[in-house]
Amino acid sequence: MADIHTLASMLKELDDQLVGCMRCGMCQAVCPLFAQTGKESDVTRGKLALLDGLASEMLKDPEGVNEKLNRCLLCGTCQANCPSGVKVLDIFIKARAIMTGYFGLSPVKKAIFRGMLVNPKLFNHLLSFGSKFQGVFTKKVDGMLGASCARFQAPVIGDRHFKSLADKPLHKIVPELDTAPGASGKKVAIFVGCVIDKIYPNVGQATLKALEHHGVGVFMPAGQACCGIPTISSGDTNTFDKLIEENLALFEKGEFDYLITSCATCTSTIKELWPNMYQGSSANRMKLRDLASRTMDVSQFLVDVLGVEPCKVAGNETVTYHDPCHLKNSLGVTAQPRTILKASSGCEFKEMAEAGTCCGSGGSFNIAHYELSKKIGNRKADNIIDSGATTVATSCPACMMQITDMLSHKKAGVQVKHVMELYAEGLR
Amino acid sequence: MCKDTIVKEFEAIVGAENVMTSETDRHTYSYDAAVLDSVMPALVVRPTNSEMLGKAVKLCNDNGIHLTVRGAGTNLSGGTIPHPGGVVVLTNGLSKILEINEQDMYAVVEPGVVTAKFAAEVASKGLFYPPDPGSQTVSTLGGNVAENAGGLRGLKYGVTKDYVMGVDFWDVDGNLIKTGSRTVKCVTGYNLAGLMVASEGTLGVFDKLILKLVPPVQAAKSMMAVFPSMKAASETVAAIIANKIVPATLEIMDNFTIRTVENFRKAGLPVDAAAMLLIEVDGHPAQVEEEAAKVEEICKQNSASEIKVANDAAERNAVWQARRDALPALANLKPTCVLEDATVPRSQIPAMIAALDEVSSKYDLTIGTFGHAGDGNLHPTILTDKRNEKEWERVEEAIDMIFDRALALGGTLSGEHGIGLAKSKFLETETSPGTLAYSRRMKSVLDPKGILNPGKIIG
Repeated sequence: MADIHTLASMLKELDDQLVGCMRCGMCQAVCPLFAQTGKESDVTRGKLALLDGLASEMLKDPEGVNEKLNRCLLCGTCQANCPSGVKVLDIFIKARAIMTGYFGLSPVKKAIFRGMLVNPKLFNHLLSFGSKFQGVFTKKVDGMLGASCARFQAPVIGDRHFKSLADKPLHKIVPELDTAPGASGKKVAIFVGCVIDKIYPNVGQATLKALEHHGVGVFMPAGQACCGIPTISSGDTNTFDKLIEENLALFEKGEFDYLITSCATCTSTIKELWPNMYQGSSANRMKLRDLASRTMDVSQFLVDVLGVEPCKVAGNETVTYHDPCHLKNSLGVTAQPRTILKASSGCEFKEMAEAGTCCGSGGSFNIAHYELSKKIGNRKADNIIDSGATTVATSCPACMMQITDMLSHKKAGVQVKHVMELYAEGLR
Repeated sequence: MCKDTIVKEFEAIVGAENVMTSETDRHTYSYDAAVLDSVMPALVVRPTNSEMLGKAVKLCNDNGIHLTVRGAGTNLSGGTIPHPGGVVVLTNGLSKILEINEQDMYAVVEPGVVTAKFAAEVASKGLFYPPDPGSQTVSTLGGNVAENAGGLRGLKYGVTKDYVMGVDFWDVDGNLIKTGSRTVKCVTGYNLAGLMVASEGTLGVFDKLILKLVPPVQAAKSMMAVFPSMKAASETVAAIIANKIVPATLEIMDNFTIRTVENFRKAGLPVDAAAMLLIEVDGHPAQVEEEAAKVEEICKQNSASEIKVANDAAERNAVWQARRDALPALANLKPTCVLEDATVPRSQIPAMIAALDEVSSKYDLTIGTFGHAGDGNLHPTILTDKRNEKEWERVEEAIDMIFDRALALGGTLSGEHGIGLAKSKFLETETSPGTLAYSRRMKSVLDPKGILNPGKIIG
């Protein structure tokens, strides 16, 4: 571990960005974590002040600052609402990388990121065992939501009601694809994403069905690696770069107009973090910038490129929509998923209160701070229930997992679906 | 750091979970929104009921510990920056609306209630709480009263002080002092509630506030008028008032601000315009129609080159979005943004604008000016980088000159941001040595050990 002076000088890199915060405190109005705790160290202004304090060597407790820094969902709501336009996520992610460089990566994360994630084959293989044996450790608690809980005390699972691994991941159902453009004249590459592949393969299938319906050619290479979000948000830039390079090598081989994903988190990672956080060759950075400019969420592709429009549809399902932070805050995509829902037959759309507020998942935030995550999630669940909708749809599988956990605990009787599932169900 | 025994005593009062002692936690309560150096408190405590608050105040006094009350920490003059080694008392654990009385049109609240949440709750009961400071989505009512916060509606509806009917507060000995009442009229004793307004936490610690509510506005009409000069715009302001029309809101933006906002939002603002007025009249629908027509006429007489009247909610929103964008747009230009609020009698606005031009060229600084033209409360906003020491020296001199000019024009140091630490050195210039001595003498009796937010207002 380097000395604190070295850490301070590393953090000085962020000075130009940190100085943009005028300490107005308006982030207190929108931060979902601050809404629960009311603690200044939980809101962005406080965290930026802490980083500034450490960089200027006013503070002597880097562990304390690091702990506060990690108490953040990285939902980006503060950034989207910041009066002085501070690039909060950029600062936080860079700061986490600096902190990880200083403290080192935890052994568990090291094993998962560097031992498993960088090797998609091994990762898939290990999890296929998992899906076979998970019934031994868990039991089903909500048939409709497909949620399970632990059969006995298990430290990581706690009392979570979680979606179990799919019997067959998407890469077993559809190993790879390379089809020519149909009626639309367009061809897209699909980045599947780990959660869709391993837990929600049906979302992947629904996406493929919709693209086929619209005559879109698909390039979906086998052996896709993780987008890297868990590694970069833990400050592991080395693994992040490796994952990007693996993915870049795969997608370079195809020809396509757009790269689309059905996972809000993957979309924003590819668009925002790949070009900005990759530290490898400048040739690769150029390629990543090009790829990012052609990357979009699947609903954005369907609406903005193919021109899907809302249609009058009969049905007795009422559906509400939860905005994933990675679409709303990071990319400003809010209208297109709603348009897709309004274009899905059998669905009547109903807006819920606070649709754009974070569900509390925050990736590994949920693992490290489950109680807080649950408080934030419960508010989301209450808003879903109060909307009276029979189904809640969203565009991010991580949000789906979190919302499923919250609704299952409340025995709410509300289904959780991906926007593409509802759209695909309505296609004849 | 505080002695362990003191920490234990605070823990006994508010609970261990509501006492923060770590360096990181304390650091996050060492600043507010003013561009001033941060000061580390020794301890941060968060009472969650009235009794705890009173006991915490008494404990501070018994031990001679300096105490700074903090709501959302959005203060622009350093009023919530603690004293070295002092205690920060948070009010966000005291955030209950205790009563909204629709018949008698008042509300009773704890000091930590957030302004916008309160206004929304009041609106849902069919009533109206007009004060709308820029930070209302996060600011607390306790902070609003302690600073006498203003807002866009000051011209017609007044400011926070006009809505304070009573304040219950703790004195330094832990006695609960009750002032004011739930009635429109009340002459029982000294107007101590009035003394608490704008006292910036130096005379007592608020426990409860009784606030006046009014009937909601029935109709409103907004418009945007473009002028060839700041002079023409400010003469229009004077003409509107001279015609006995009091708009709910009457805001001005200079060319620099207009260009910056347009660059920020691309909403189609006239970037060549030297000045713009944003006006809203409200009241009974018939009165609104009549006044809007008159205002339009007055604008034309005063050489407005373009007038856009908002015809629906979306157009009305566009008008006010431009105003809301002013500060964020300016703040985006440079790392540091010093927002001033020197205020002059409204007839002196043209002279004040001229003075600001002079300041900007003399000190070679970028200043964007916008603000509440209707009540003479301008917000000259200096855009700089506090890390640039040479320029920062010029900024400080420029601020002094802005105050000098505002005072020379019969104005005041601060319309709504407070005196705090930032402006206390100018207080005597605006008032008199006697005024300062009187204030200090009063403070020394009410707070003999000087524990309540030391250094603020009277130095």
